[in-house]
Amino acid sequence: MLTLVLPIAIGAVVLAMALNLWRMAIGPTRPDRILALDTLSINTIAVVMLLDIALGSVLYLEAALILAMMGFVGTVALCKFILSGDIIE
Amino acid sequence: MLLDLFVSVLVLLGAAFTLLGSIGLARLPDFFMRLHGPTKATTLGVGALVLASLLHVGGEAGTGGLRELAVALFLFITAPITAHLLSKAALAEERRSRSRSEIDEG
Amino acid sequence: MTRVLPRPGLSLLILGVWLILAPAPTLGQVLIGVMLAVALPLATRGFWPGEIRLRRPLVALRLLGVVLGDIVTANLLVARQVLGAPERLRPAFMDVPLGIADPFVSTLLGSIVSLTPGTVSVDIDRGRQVLQVHALHIEDPAATIALIKARYETPLKEIFGC
Repeated sequence: MLTLVLPIAIGAVVLAMALNLWRMAIGPTRPDRILALDTLSINTIAVVMLLDIALGSVLYLEAALILAMMGFVGTVALCKFILSGDIIE
Repeated sequence: MLLDLFVSVLVLLGAAFTLLGSIGLARLPDFFMRLHGPTKATTLGVGALVLASLLHVGGEAGTGGLRELAVALFLFITAPITAHLLSKAALAEERRSRSRSEIDEG
Repeated sequence: MTRVLPRPGLSLLILGVWLILAPAPTLGQVLIGVMLAVALPLATRGFWPGEIRLRRPLVALRLLGVVLGDIVTANLLVARQVLGAPERLRPAFMDVPLGIADPFVSTLLGSIVSLTPGTVSVDIDRGRQVLQVHALHIEDPAATIALIKARYETPLKEIFGC
C-alpha cells in the first residue's frame, strides 16, 4: 500500500514545488516572491518527511528541523527588509 | 497492516493539501488571496506528513517522537506569524507604489 | 525569584525544548539547558509585554479543541475555493473591533484567525484597537465579525481574564 502511495505523494509535492518556483519567477510583487520562497522551504520539509518514510529512518529529521527554523528566520528577515528598507535597523 | 493503511491515508492527504496550497499560490489573482493557500493548506499538509512519518518510523530512539512533534508544532506556530508579516509587507509595498504614482502625476 | 527567573514558565519551556532537541539527555545537555533557561529570559526581558496568567485552563483546552477542528474545516473550505472558479470568489478586507488590550492575547487571536476558516489577519492596529482581516470569500461581513468575536475572542478573554 505504502509503496504504491509514496511515488504519488512525492510527485504531488514536486509538482507543488514547481508551482511555487513559477510564482517566484513571475512575481509580480516582492511579497509574492517571498511567500513563494517560504512555501518552497515548507515543501522541502514535506519532501524530507516523505524520504524518512520511504527509507524508514529518522536521520533526515535534523534537516527538517533546521529547514523549518532557517526558512522562518529568512522569511522574517526578508519581510523586515521590505517594511523598513533595511535588514538590521 | 492497519497502521500501514492509516499511514498511507495520511501521506496521501498530506501531499494533496501541500499541492493544494501551491495551486492556490499559483492561480489566485491577487496577493492577499494567494496568502490563504500556503498559510492554511500547506501547514496542515506538511503537519499530516510529519505525523505519518512519526507513526511509520516510530520516532527517534529515546525521544518518543517528540522531535517530530516539535517540527509540526513549530510550523503551526510560525505559519500565522509569517502570514501576518507578509501581509504587512504587502500593505507597505502597496502604499509605497501608490505614493510614487502620486508624485509622478504631480 | 523574580530577579533570577523573571518568567518561570518561559524558562521551563526553554529547558524542555532544549532537551527535546539535544541528541541525548546527558548531564552536560541538562546543564547547558539550565544555563539557557536562566540567561534567555533575562536577556530578552525588555521585549516581553506584561505578565499574563492562565486563569481558566479548562476553557483553554476547549478553545484548543475548537481551533483544531476549525483548522480541518478551514482546509476543506480553502481546497474548494482554490479549485473552484476564481472569478466567483469575493475577497474583502474587514475591520474586527478588538476588545482585548493585552498585546500577547491579541496576537494570539490574530494567529487563531489566520489558521481558521476563510480569514487571514493582516494587521493589528493598536491605536484604533482594530484587527484587520482579509477574507478569501465573504457573503456577510457582519456575521463573520460576530462569529470571530463569539467563537475565539470571548473564550480568550475568559482564559486570560482581560
